[in-house]
Amino acid sequence: MSLLWIPLLTTVGVVVPAMTSRYGRKLCVAATLIAPLLALALVLLHAPAVIAGEVISLRLSWIPLLGLDLALRIDGLTLLFALLILGIGSLILFYAGYYLSAEEDDGRFLAYMMLFMTAMLGIAMADNLILLWLFWELTSIASFLLIGFWGYRSDARRGARMALIVTGAGGLALLAGILLIGQEVGSFAMADVLAAGNLIRTSQHYPLIVLLVLMGAFTKSAQFPFHFWLPHAMAAPTPVSAFLHSATMVKAGVLLMARLNPALGDTALWAVSLSLVGLATMLYAAWFALLERDLKGILAFSTVSHLGLITLLLGLGSPLAIVAAIFHIFNHATFKAALFMMVGIIDHETGTRDIDRLGALWSMMPLTGTMTLLAGSAMAGFPPFNGFLSKEMLFEQSLLNNLLGALSIVIPLLVVVAAMLSVAYSLRLIWSLFFAEPKLTREQKAQPPLQAHDPSRGMLAPGLFLAAISLVVGLFPMTLAAPLLNAASLAVQGETTPVFQLALWHGFNMPLLMSMAAVAGGVLMLRQQRRFANLAALFPERNAGLIFEATIQRLIRATLWLTLRLENGSLQRYQALLILSALAMAAIGLTQLENLTGERGMQPLDGMLFLGAGLMIFGAIGSALSHRWRLVSLLMLSVVGLSVSLTFVRFSAPDLALTQLSVEVASMILMILALFFLPQRPPLMVSGRRILRDLILAASLGLVVAMLNYAILTRETLAIADYFLRESVPGGGGTNVVNVILVDFRGFDTFGEITVLTLAGLATFKLLNRLRLFMPAGNIEGIRWSRHRYPLILAVVAQILLPLALLVSVYIFLRGHNQPGGGFIAGLITATALLLQYMARGYDWTRERLPLSYPVVAVSGLAVALATGLGSWLFGYPFLTSAFGHFHLPLIGEFELATAMLFDVGVYLAVIGATLMILVNLGRVTTVNRPTLEEH
Amino acid sequence: MEALFSLVVGVLTASGIYLLLRGRTFPVIVGLALLGYAVNLFLFSSGGLHTDAAAVIGESFAPADPLPQALVLTAIVIGFAMTAFVVILAIRARGDLGSDHVDGQQGEDGDMLQ
Repeated sequence: MSLLWIPLLTTVGVVVPAMTSRYGRKLCVAATLIAPLLALALVLLHAPAVIAGEVISLRLSWIPLLGLDLALRIDGLTLLFALLILGIGSLILFYAGYYLSAEEDDGRFLAYMMLFMTAMLGIAMADNLILLWLFWELTSIASFLLIGFWGYRSDARRGARMALIVTGAGGLALLAGILLIGQEVGSFAMADVLAAGNLIRTSQHYPLIVLLVLMGAFTKSAQFPFHFWLPHAMAAPTPVSAFLHSATMVKAGVLLMARLNPALGDTALWAVSLSLVGLATMLYAAWFALLERDLKGILAFSTVSHLGLITLLLGLGSPLAIVAAIFHIFNHATFKAALFMMVGIIDHETGTRDIDRLGALWSMMPLTGTMTLLAGSAMAGFPPFNGFLSKEMLFEQSLLNNLLGALSIVIPLLVVVAAMLSVAYSLRLIWSLFFAEPKLTREQKAQPPLQAHDPSRGMLAPGLFLAAISLVVGLFPMTLAAPLLNAASLAVQGETTPVFQLALWHGFNMPLLMSMAAVAGGVLMLRQQRRFANLAALFPERNAGLIFEATIQRLIRATLWLTLRLENGSLQRYQALLILSALAMAAIGLTQLENLTGERGMQPLDGMLFLGAGLMIFGAIGSALSHRWRLVSLLMLSVVGLSVSLTFVRFSAPDLALTQLSVEVASMILMILALFFLPQRPPLMVSGRRILRDLILAASLGLVVAMLNYAILTRETLAIADYFLRESVPGGGGTNVVNVILVDFRGFDTFGEITVLTLAGLATFKLLNRLRLFMPAGNIEGIRWSRHRYPLILAVVAQILLPLALLVSVYIFLRGHNQPGGGFIAGLITATALLLQYMARGYDWTRERLPLSYPVVAVSGLAVALATGLGSWLFGYPFLTSAFGHFHLPLIGEFELATAMLFDVGVYLAVIGATLMILVNLGRVTTVNRPTLEEH
Repeated sequence: MEALFSLVVGVLTASGIYLLLRGRTFPVIVGLALLGYAVNLFLFSSGGLHTDAAAVIGESFAPADPLPQALVLTAIVIGFAMTAFVVILAIRARGDLGSDHVDGQQGEDGDMLQ
């Protein structure tokens, strides 16, 4: 379980800074550091076992149907990354406390950093590919928030958006790749996938899987041609650049490639794609790093170049090359984070990051200079730093490659060129900043020279510490790095982990010669840097940011055009389009059927059926034809409604018939009321063409629906009816299966439905607020409404009917579990009976005698239903499990009670409340009791 | 019988769709109601058409499929809630815009009292 604590601790850590930032910067940073340091301690507790070759894992089932588990693992590769994430992360959090200016929102910043830390830990620890992807996307989001931290700056907003789009799109490609892998392997568990390498490599989807996974990895790790977002991400505060955009997040891509190496690697496709892309990235970015003037830009391009180096090593794929790749992941993180911190310090102290404006800082900032000297030498690959070791390994492995046949020799040559560039830009950083005089323009010379000094010890310490690590690891690699490397390479390569010897001195050999060539070439290149810059200036500047922005703008314009095309504000048009597409779908479905009539014969017809069908067809067509004579149209509609109810009677659905009948009454009252508020006879403003179009659309859809229905009716269907029929009495305690389904088997659905009903009621309540009314004084012929609003006979009859109707509704309710009836129907009957009182006597009269608040009735119905459902938890059963029993009362005899009955009471109340809420309120607006704003 | 049933469902659908495509709110409401009937009948019929076979245990030898019935029962009630909401939306739209056109075009009718 302690594995789960590692990401949990950092998750909890997300809220810590937000809560403590009000107590001052120092305390906030200190409190924030607790969680990652504890997590680091936990990781270190597992370290001895992992280094001994164990894989520690934990698996909690999450969504088993999707193959998604909360599965975590710590193996060597995880250990390495966890150390980087938590160790460098803590140093950077500490540094950020000094870096952020006093008025900045440190709580928010540190919370985002912790969010990122959690997500990144998740990637490293995930033992399930889907889980890995979730964390992968979470890092993109955290990175978006952090790059855009200074959201008032447009470059920050643009950079954040670009990073999110590029890495987010890559993430989607990765998801597709993962899903394909899951389909091939039949599992998303890491262990299963890694063990199924042969299966994946021989599958016909293998090239597609590689393409998709590499899209994800290359975008995340800023490989050519997706590298362009990383320099733009430098708009982030420098601690972010140090942490996300050099040490950890951009390593997620190479981590993924290393992780999946056993499953996907070891093919020509994999090796060639990785090596060539890595090599191209390495060269291209190193060249731009040499030309760049912004300090963070130099480091950004150099980061891209080093990521290319790691990708190249993974592509070379020999056991030692993979060891070198892992080693370089670690080395690069140490020296590059230190260098970013240095840039932050210089920016902080001098106010500029322009390398030409800066110079001769050594005397002013000796400690910062030392840090740069150490970390910069490691980046250049000078002995005795750790960068030298991994670069020597690269030289050696590049010589051994055999990827391109006779052309293979190109790879070591180009690697040496890239190494020269790397030496050149590293030396340029050290030399121009600390030793050379600044190259100032005339105006800049007129300004007073820069004054700077070393920052406080707290700001220097993390960077110096990391720089020192890159030196110490370089000096004692076998003691400090080898065990970890061995464990990590075991995780990547399985059983075949190579024996390796890390040492500064291997004797005079080819790699050493290449190193010397790189240094000599680098120094030469640095001397020619001005010329290179002038040469580069001859080319038109191709700002990837602008190109990207233009593409996005074009895309937005295109979608806007399409949207405006589709969405012109006409409901009729939307509906026509919608119906047309439904028609197309249904038609396609029908073409798949061999013949329309299925294997089941037709049942015989009788006269009643003809009569019913005739009535319904007459009503439907009549209601459509007479739509301008609205009352007539409504009457026609009611003919259809009643016939539907009779249809249900005929075809053995008594519950439906009862429900339809009572709903019919309520909805007719509603629509007649609506008619009162809407124009009686609208003007005719439609062209013949429009009518023809609508007729064709309506007729075709009607035809297709009829054919579909016919096709279904004449076929045997696989039904689960037997289950319900069998289980109704023993499982639900009722003989009316429909009601048992509603209140028991599918009670959760019913609960959702009465919730919707109540919500609709509440929404109409709100819509009637402050309504401007159009109330006609008479009917369409100009005859004024009668002044006798409440006819006497109706009033008397209604009063007599009320107790009867209530009695009937109680009867219907009580028998509902065993005979047709139940809460829905009883509720509608009660509501109609009460409504009749309102109609007969008016709002005021009824209100006086029945002071009920219908929203309260509806909501208490919901509450009863919910409480019944929750009640089963008390007895240790799932939500809405019903219980029932048989009881005996003297005089009445044996009867049965079920908790489902209580649930049905909830349904009953909710239906009454909602129905009356709608109808009474609508009726009320015609009276003086019309709701106004003051009431609410 | 099955053919007649599907014919009725088809006619209800067609009439409903035609009304749904009108430009005034009231026919649209009526059209929705008609379409609702059609959909309910369609759904209901997916369990087959049975005579004298109510899904009550002990009442009939081969009871009809109760599941579509249960689904349609709630669909009828929900349909009522939806109709009510649309009706009141239509009234509100006319109150605020002075017209009962579905696109909310500013009003042209004159039978307003207040």
